[in-house]
Amino acid sequence: MTNPSSVGIVTAQKAVFDQPIALSSGVTLPRYELMYETYGTLNANRSNAILICHALSGHHHVAGRYEETDKAPGWWDNMIGPGKPIDTNRFFVIGVNNLGGCHGSTGPSSIDPETGTPFGSRFPLVLVRDWVETQARLADQLGIHQFAAIIGGSLGGMQALRWTITYPQRVRHALVIASAPKLTAQNIAFNDVARQAILTDPDFHGGDFYAHNTVPRRGLRLARMLGHITYLSDDGMGEKFGRLLRSGEYRYSYEVEFEIESYLRYQGDKFSDYFDANTYLLMTKALDYFDPARHYGGDLAVAMKEAIAKFLVISFTTDWRFAPERSREIVKALLDARKHVSYAEIESAHGHDAFLMEDEPYHKIMRAYLNRVAEEVGA
Amino acid sequence: MNAPMNTQSLRPDLRNVAEWIKPDSTVLDLGCGDGSLLSWLAANKRVQGYGVEIDVDSVTACIEKHVDVIQTDLESGLGTFEDNTFDFVVLSLTIQAMHNIENILAEMLRVGKTGIVTFPNFGFWENRWQLALGRMPVSETIPYEWYNTPNIHLCTIYDFGLLLNKLGMQSTGQIVMHQGATVHFLPNLRGSLALVRFDKV
Repeated sequence: MTNPSSVGIVTAQKAVFDQPIALSSGVTLPRYELMYETYGTLNANRSNAILICHALSGHHHVAGRYEETDKAPGWWDNMIGPGKPIDTNRFFVIGVNNLGGCHGSTGPSSIDPETGTPFGSRFPLVLVRDWVETQARLADQLGIHQFAAIIGGSLGGMQALRWTITYPQRVRHALVIASAPKLTAQNIAFNDVARQAILTDPDFHGGDFYAHNTVPRRGLRLARMLGHITYLSDDGMGEKFGRLLRSGEYRYSYEVEFEIESYLRYQGDKFSDYFDANTYLLMTKALDYFDPARHYGGDLAVAMKEAIAKFLVISFTTDWRFAPERSREIVKALLDARKHVSYAEIESAHGHDAFLMEDEPYHKIMRAYLNRVAEEVGA
Repeated sequence: MNAPMNTQSLRPDLRNVAEWIKPDSTVLDLGCGDGSLLSWLAANKRVQGYGVEIDVDSVTACIEKHVDVIQTDLESGLGTFEDNTFDFVVLSLTIQAMHNIENILAEMLRVGKTGIVTFPNFGFWENRWQLALGRMPVSETIPYEWYNTPNIHLCTIYDFGLLLNKLGMQSTGQIVMHQGATVHFLPNLRGSLALVRFDKV
């Protein structure tokens, strides 16, 4: 049984880069690998490629399944596929796992060829601009000079934004969803609490826990629980869990009593089983450091003057982690820089996570915009 | 210079608005609906601009027409736009439903040089006649009952002129229409829809 609106069974690929990369932190990686997946077909003039940039805990598996029996498809399967808003009948879609990730791309848990042991604490911090550089090299390998669109939510939106500044001529359209031009102090504070949970876990061993055959599971679990709270809205959480009790009665203990506790602990446990602690630290730092206006006198409009791309910016009403006001800062900078930009503020109860949900007005806007992109590039 | 002038696809009132807008100018269209005006202006007069709309379906319709649109509630002002950014700022059939009319008119001439407002004329004879008979007017341009109307600030053409004066603005053009045709004789009595162009005194 194949679902006609699914990209179906997909296989991840690995791109190897032997040309060294000088990272923003000053460290040079002599060699690295990126995991990626593609769906659809690159057209003859190579104009229909779309790059999907992932958020904090994301990866290259954007749509489809590896095996028929997989419980869940790729993380944006509701958006990407034949006939879906990001239509793989028209576009060649690329999902990539960022450098520093823990899903096959070179990252802290990879073996350092110099020592034969995992990089661990020796893996350098990576900035959003470094990711853009590695993604540009992947595009070179795939023979794509210009993307029809670069699309990302949250930290992915930041990558799309950075692309338009660093490689203006390589991006026709940037779709920046539930994102921000830079983090607020509150955002950085949340990230640091999450990092402290990991850094102070006795199993962390300064980042070299691999050698101790352990993982800082407690820290990762706390970090994820905190993250989850900030990704949902109070209303959404209230609607889903309210004050529901597992047993129907107060038990006067510190065990799981409320359903929300059960949910968060489950999410935390699941996450700590598969996500790398060093990657979590690295990704949250990349978020904290992101500030494309920094080298333009702190003026985002000046930074955005570099861009040639046309923009679609989308936010969600109950997203308080990356609130609509933050998206409006991006929109204002683009207006001040006289760029083509459209902005939609979608009514949603789902908080920051709304960008991953199937919501009709949201998907309609994405579909309308991408139809326009497809017309432009002859896809 | 010889761009194909297709005026047929535009609503009659928007066609008149479009005639006021100079080629190669910049336009902000407030309450832009499905983006028809901007789409037409881009195709026929090389006009660049943005629409502002609150309704999500209209925002989608604009995007379908390749019109740049910013989803915003006009009541919260035009803070997203800097001073003197546009040649023309259009507010079409929206002002009568807004709370703070003085503010939006001031904002229009802050971000743009010339304002264009279209509104239903409460002085239209059918409205006056219904009031004379003791009923709240329901007419072509005010098609609501008193209990379900979104319109909270209805005015006559005469009233609107007075408000412009009060705000230190002046009318530089006026077209009054009824059922798609321009009304020249006794416009404040015979016209159901008014278009007013204005700038600072």
